[in-house]
Amino acid sequence: MRDNPVLRIVAKIIIPVILLFALYVQFHGDFGPGGGFQAGVIFAAGFILYGLVFGTEALRNAIPPGLLRFAIALGLVLYAGVGATTMLLGSDYLAYGALAHDLIGGQHLGIFLVELGVGVTVSAVIVTIFLAFAGRNDP
Amino acid sequence: MISAQLPALQVVVPLLAAPLCLVLHRPFAAWLLTFVVSGISLLVSVALLGQILEQGVIDYTFGGWAAPFGIAYHIDFANAYVLLIVTAISTVVSIFARRSVASEIEAHSQGLFYTAWLLCLTGLLGITITGDAFNLFVFLEISSLSSYVLIAMGNDRKALTAAYQYLIMGTIGATFILIGIGLLYMLTGTLNMLDMAQRLIAVADSRTARTGFAFLTVGLGLKIALFPLHLWLPNAYAYAPSAVSAFLAATATKVAVYVLLRFMFSVFGIDFALGAMPLSTMLVVLGSVAVLSASTVAIFQHNLKRMLAYSSIAQIGYLVLGVSLATPAGLTATLLHLFNHALMKGALFLALGCIAWRLGSVRLGDLGGLGYRMPWTMGVFVIGGLSLIGLPLTAGFISKWYLVLAAVERGWWPVVLVIIAGSLLAVIYVWRVIETAYLGKTKEAVSGTEAPLSMLVPAWLLAIANLYFGMHTELSAGIASQAAMVLFGGQP
Repeated sequence: MRDNPVLRIVAKIIIPVILLFALYVQFHGDFGPGGGFQAGVIFAAGFILYGLVFGTEALRNAIPPGLLRFAIALGLVLYAGVGATTMLLGSDYLAYGALAHDLIGGQHLGIFLVELGVGVTVSAVIVTIFLAFAGRNDP
Repeated sequence: MISAQLPALQVVVPLLAAPLCLVLHRPFAAWLLTFVVSGISLLVSVALLGQILEQGVIDYTFGGWAAPFGIAYHIDFANAYVLLIVTAISTVVSIFARRSVASEIEAHSQGLFYTAWLLCLTGLLGITITGDAFNLFVFLEISSLSSYVLIAMGNDRKALTAAYQYLIMGTIGATFILIGIGLLYMLTGTLNMLDMAQRLIAVADSRTARTGFAFLTVGLGLKIALFPLHLWLPNAYAYAPSAVSAFLAATATKVAVYVLLRFMFSVFGIDFALGAMPLSTMLVVLGSVAVLSASTVAIFQHNLKRMLAYSSIAQIGYLVLGVSLATPAGLTATLLHLFNHALMKGALFLALGCIAWRLGSVRLGDLGGLGYRMPWTMGVFVIGGLSLIGLPLTAGFISKWYLVLAAVERGWWPVVLVIIAGSLLAVIYVWRVIETAYLGKTKEAVSGTEAPLSMLVPAWLLAIANLYFGMHTELSAGIASQAAMVLFGGQP
């Protein structure tokens, strides 16, 4: 599909929009439909489209497997780390209220970070799964 | 205060260590982290047990949401006891794992291996500690998925089919459990187990409750490998890496048995589970058949890991027989055997791990004269084997003694006969190994004799534990009987 100019150009135009929309779903999750999981899948869809059109080799150059593995770990650390932080601040695990001076602000920040963690891990896992299946016939 | 946060730390420490392990990636660093985290988890579970001895049950709520609405951990004697088993086995086996895993798994996969190990530990601890039915399902999935990965890493290609078979069966089991929990949620409108138990009293006599109970029992029957749902187990244990066989055989089915007990006794209540439903009859039949048939099949196995796997299915039969008696004595015997079986199977699988490290094979035919070449390893095997048979002065004797007494108390003489017959069959399959190792002919001169010290020490730790708990029962039987009382009290 690399030789098809229409596909290449449309993909190049649409990929940034997909990523932007993913970020919208991620950060608007507090107020409307959305959240970390959905955003992660949409974000990964941008990379998968890139991989489909330009080939898995190009995708591997864009995000090396080491980085993906790091991102998978980072999201979980972010989620569990928020819980550990609230514990260190003298509250129960994942009691977001401890993160800020007032309860609402703390909950806002807590949910924001936790969902970000979910988003990072989900998008990295989806891309990893895609690469694992798409790369099966590679030498 | 750290002591108030212990219930969360029990699960959070391995959970946080798993991604760190993934990033570390170096075999030695990943192993060291796994060992240290297992050790910390063991200390936490000991501290939790100490707290329970002092002040009774512990409740912990997450995120500041009160108990029936948020996720709550509820820890009493029953789950503190299982937590102790899981963390102790993980610690001992992780010492063993370094050399064993280094010889069986490629260096670049070892980081992933230990990550899966930590996730499996997280899942097993989470299942045990939680007081929330859906949370339990989530942790069940974490432990199951990671154990499929662990099994698939065995160096025999058959490990892949074994893991796939386990994946299919395990997923069916998990689905049944989920449907069961869903039906209970539909009926009671709550997921908190204590709350569920109270609300179930009024609506227990409904088709939904009975169906939910049936789904849960069958799903958990798959997870504990209860005859005839055991078909995934022999291959999974036989082809997994040695350390994984020891870890899973000593913990995974135990945790599933705990969940079955928790739902039967704490959620549904004994009157419903063993009175209104015909489960007692079913368990006594299936348990007896499991003991006799699996022990018989074990006699004909040439792969020793497979032999031990069939023996595990037989041991599940003993556990189930104890439950089916529906008396505190029977339940004590089950809980005691949970602990003692973890010790004996742990020791036996570690001994086989040492043999696999040296010979690269655990087939009976390759063991000729091994008793003289690897005296320490075979010593562990002999002690573990005697414990499996149930010879006096070993841990296995204690649990069988309690089980026989409990059966006599109910006047169930056929069950007593089944237990004795099972022990005699165990004599046969353990003797085959001992005979080959000490009286068989050495095949050829092979250089090198014993396994390295870092593998022998954990194996001997478990072997000595088998002897210690065969002579000093205050700790094991004491906590087991208190845990049985807690479960029998309905709402602990």
